[in-house]
Amino acid sequence: MPNVGSPVILEAKQIRKAFGAVQALKGVSFDLREGEVHALVGENGAGKSTLIKVLTGAIALDAGEIVLRGERISDNTPAKARALGISVIYQQPALFPDLSVAENIAIAAESSKPFRRVDWPARRQHAAELLERIGSKISPDVRAAELSMPEQQMVEIAKAIDANAQILIMDEPTASLGDQDAANLFRLVNELRAKGTAIIYISHRFEELFLLANRVTVLRDGISIQTSGMSEVTNADLIRLMVGRELDTVFPKHQTRLGETAFEVRNVSCSRLGVKNTSLQIRRGEILGLAGLVGSGRTQLAEALFGLTPIDSGEVLVNGQPLTIHSPVDAVKAGIAYVPEDRRKHGVILDLSVAVNSTLASLGKISSSSGLLNSATERQLANDSIAKLGVKAPSSDTLAKNLSGGNQQKVALARWLMTDPKVLILDEPTQGIDVGAKSEIYHLIGRLAESGLAILMISSETPEILGLSDRIAVMSQGEIVGVFSRSEASPQLILEMALGHKRQPGVEQ
Amino acid sequence: MNWRLDREWPAIIALAVLYIFLAIAAPSFYQFTNLRDLALANVSVLLVAAGMTLIIVIGQIDISVGSMFAVISVACGVMVKSGMPLVLAPFAAILLGAALGSINGGLISFVRAPSIVVTLATMIVWREALRWSTGGAWVEGLPANFQWFGLGQAAGQAVIVLLALLIFVAFWWASENLSAFREIYATGSDSEAARLAGIPVKRVLFGVFVLMGALTGLAALLNEVRFSDVPANSGMNLELKAIAAVVVGGAPITGGRGSLLGAFIGVLLLGSIGPALTFLGVNPYWEKAIQGAIILATVLFDAVRMHREKRMAVA
Repeated sequence: MPNVGSPVILEAKQIRKAFGAVQALKGVSFDLREGEVHALVGENGAGKSTLIKVLTGAIALDAGEIVLRGERISDNTPAKARALGISVIYQQPALFPDLSVAENIAIAAESSKPFRRVDWPARRQHAAELLERIGSKISPDVRAAELSMPEQQMVEIAKAIDANAQILIMDEPTASLGDQDAANLFRLVNELRAKGTAIIYISHRFEELFLLANRVTVLRDGISIQTSGMSEVTNADLIRLMVGRELDTVFPKHQTRLGETAFEVRNVSCSRLGVKNTSLQIRRGEILGLAGLVGSGRTQLAEALFGLTPIDSGEVLVNGQPLTIHSPVDAVKAGIAYVPEDRRKHGVILDLSVAVNSTLASLGKISSSSGLLNSATERQLANDSIAKLGVKAPSSDTLAKNLSGGNQQKVALARWLMTDPKVLILDEPTQGIDVGAKSEIYHLIGRLAESGLAILMISSETPEILGLSDRIAVMSQGEIVGVFSRSEASPQLILEMALGHKRQPGVEQ
Repeated sequence: MNWRLDREWPAIIALAVLYIFLAIAAPSFYQFTNLRDLALANVSVLLVAAGMTLIIVIGQIDISVGSMFAVISVACGVMVKSGMPLVLAPFAAILLGAALGSINGGLISFVRAPSIVVTLATMIVWREALRWSTGGAWVEGLPANFQWFGLGQAAGQAVIVLLALLIFVAFWWASENLSAFREIYATGSDSEAARLAGIPVKRVLFGVFVLMGALTGLAALLNEVRFSDVPANSGMNLELKAIAAVVVGGAPITGGRGSLLGAFIGVLLLGSIGPALTFLGVNPYWEKAIQGAIILATVLFDAVRMHREKRMAVA
C-alpha cells in the first residue's frame, strides 16, 4: 500500500440521507487520503450517486458529517465544495451545446466574475493546454454539440482538471469512452495521484479498479460494508460484498443447438454512417457478439440493418428472403427487432406504463383490424411478459420511469419479443445496469437464443461478449476485421483487432 | 387508459366549486335558456379543443385554427350562396379544413419546420388572404334553409349541441380505444423512442394536423348555421381559447400527456366564467382577468407538482 501513511484529507462519518420514505444512505463512513485513488463500488441504488451529491453539496445531508482536513463542512453547497477544491466528473457529460469547447471550459472557472472582460486568446490558449495535457486532440473552437460522446467526456475531464481540485470525484468516467480515451484517462489519473490529488473513482468495470485504485469501499443498500486495500480483494470478493450473496454463474452456460441461417447480411455499405462492405451470418439459436471500440460503427451498422438509415448497397436476408428495408416499419414487418443503446432515452418511454411500453411495437396484436384496442388482451400480454421476463413492477400500470434500469431494459426486451421477431439486435444490453440485474439479463438473452432467435449483440464489455456469444465479430473503423468462435477468441485478440492492429487472414478487404 | 385523473383533478375541483357556488349564490344560472346559450357559445371551442388536445399531446401547437375557421366559414358561405346543394356543405367544410390542415402538417412533419412558426405563418396568410379577397365584407344573406339546417331554431340548436357532444365523445372514446391514438401519445412522449419502436412518427404527426383542420371545418360549419351572415373576422382568438382550455384541463405544453376529458372540463370552466359573472351581478369585464388567473394557477400548480415529482425521483 503506497499511500498508507498519507494524511487523511476527507472523512465521511455516518452519513444519512432520506428522500421521502426512501432511506438512500443509512450510514456511510469512509476516509480519503491524499494521493490515493479510492474506488467506490456498489449495485445501482446502493447509494453511490447520493453520496457524491452530498459530498459536492448538490443535496443536503440529514445526519452525519463531512470533515475536510480536520474541519467539519457545514451547509455544503456546490459553490462551497468547489471553493474547497472538490471537483466532480459525472457519468454523462453536461456541456453547453451551443458554446465552444474553450467557452465550456472557461465558464466554470469564470462564472464568479460576470463583468470581467473576456480575454479570448488566453481562454483559447488555456483550453488548448488543458486538452493537450489530457492527451486529447479536440480543437478548443469546436461547438460542444459537434463533439461525440467520448469527446464531450474528455472536455468534462479538462474542466475538472482546470479547477485544480484537491479532491476529484469521477462517476463512471469511462462509461462513454473508447479504449484509447480510457487509456489517456488512466494515465491522467496516475499523474494526478502522483501530485497528491485524492480521487474517488466509481466504476462498474472492475478491471479498471484493479488497474487504478489503492483502496476500495463497498456500498450496499446505503451502508458502507467494507473498506480494504485493492490488492487484498478479488473480483469475486467484490461481487459477493456488493450483492451480499455468491454469484456462482454470472454467465449462463447456454446450450446451443444451432439451426439454419436466419439472418444474413451481404456486403452492406452505408457511406453516411461509415459502414463499409459488411457481411454477417447468424443462425437460429446463435448469439453473435459484435465487439469493437466506441465509434467503430457497431451502432451505425445496427441502425442501418433496422432501416433507420437507408443502406447504399448490399443485401439483408431473413430466413433466406431478401428484404427491402426503408424504415423501421419495414424491419419490424420482416421480423427484425432492435433494442437500442441508451435505454432511458429511447428504449422505453418513461412517461408511459409498463403495459403500453411493452405493447407499443405490436399494436396490431392487441387491436382489431379496424384499430380498436382490446384492453383485456393488452393487459394479458403485458402480464405474460412481465412474468416471463421477471420484470419487477408493482403492476403493468406502473410508469416506466419508476422502474430500475434493469427492469426498464426488460420492458424494452418485452416490447420486441412481443413482435415475435426472428432476429434480435441488442445494443449494449447491460449498460448502466447493476451486477445482479446484469446476470438476469444474461440468462434472459441465453433463453431467447435457445428459443430459436438469431441474436446480434453489440457490447463494449469484453467479458460479456466472451461469456455469452457463440461467435464473435470484431469491428474496426466501419468494417468487420475478424470473426471467431468463442473458444478461439480472447480479450487480447479482440482488443488488438478492435484497435486495428491486426486483421484476420481471409477476411475480405 | 387514464382513470386516475392525476392531471385533470384541479380543473374538475375548480369547476365543481364554481357550479356549487352558483347553485347557492345565483340559482338562476341553471335556467334552461342560459345553459343552452352556454352550450351553443362553446360548440366551436369544444370541437377545436378536441383537435388541439391531440396537437398538444403530440408536442406541437397550432395557432392557425382561428384563421382556418374564418376561411372555411367564408368559403362555405360563398359556396352555399352560389347554389351548392346544402347536403354537401358539411363535406365541403370538413374537406377544406383537412386540406388546410394538411398544409400545416406537411410543412411540420415532412419539411420538419417548427409548428409554432409554420402555423404563425399560415395564421397570418389565411387571415390576410381573406381580407384581400373579401375586402372585409361579410357574406350576407345565407339561404334560409341553410340556417339551423332548415330545422327551425329550437330543433337546430339541439342538433348542433348534440352533434358537437357526440363527436367530442366519439373522439374521447377513440383516444382511449384506438391504437392510432396510442401512437400519438407515444410520439408526443418521446418521438425518437417511438420511431425506434417502429411507429411511423411523420405520418402520425401529419395525420394529427389534418384531423385538427377537419375538426376546425366542422366547428366552422356548426357555428355558421346559427346566423344569417358570416363576419369576415370570425374565429378571432379561437386558437387561444382552445389552447387555454386544453392547458387548464391538465395537458402539459411539452406533450406526451393530456386528455380529452381534461379539455372538456377546461372548455366548460373557462366558458362558464362570463355567464357566471353576469348572474352574480359582477361586471363582466372581469371575465378575461379571471380566465387569465385560472390559466396562471394551472401553470403554477403544474410547476409545483413537477418540482415535487423531481424531488421524489432523486431517490
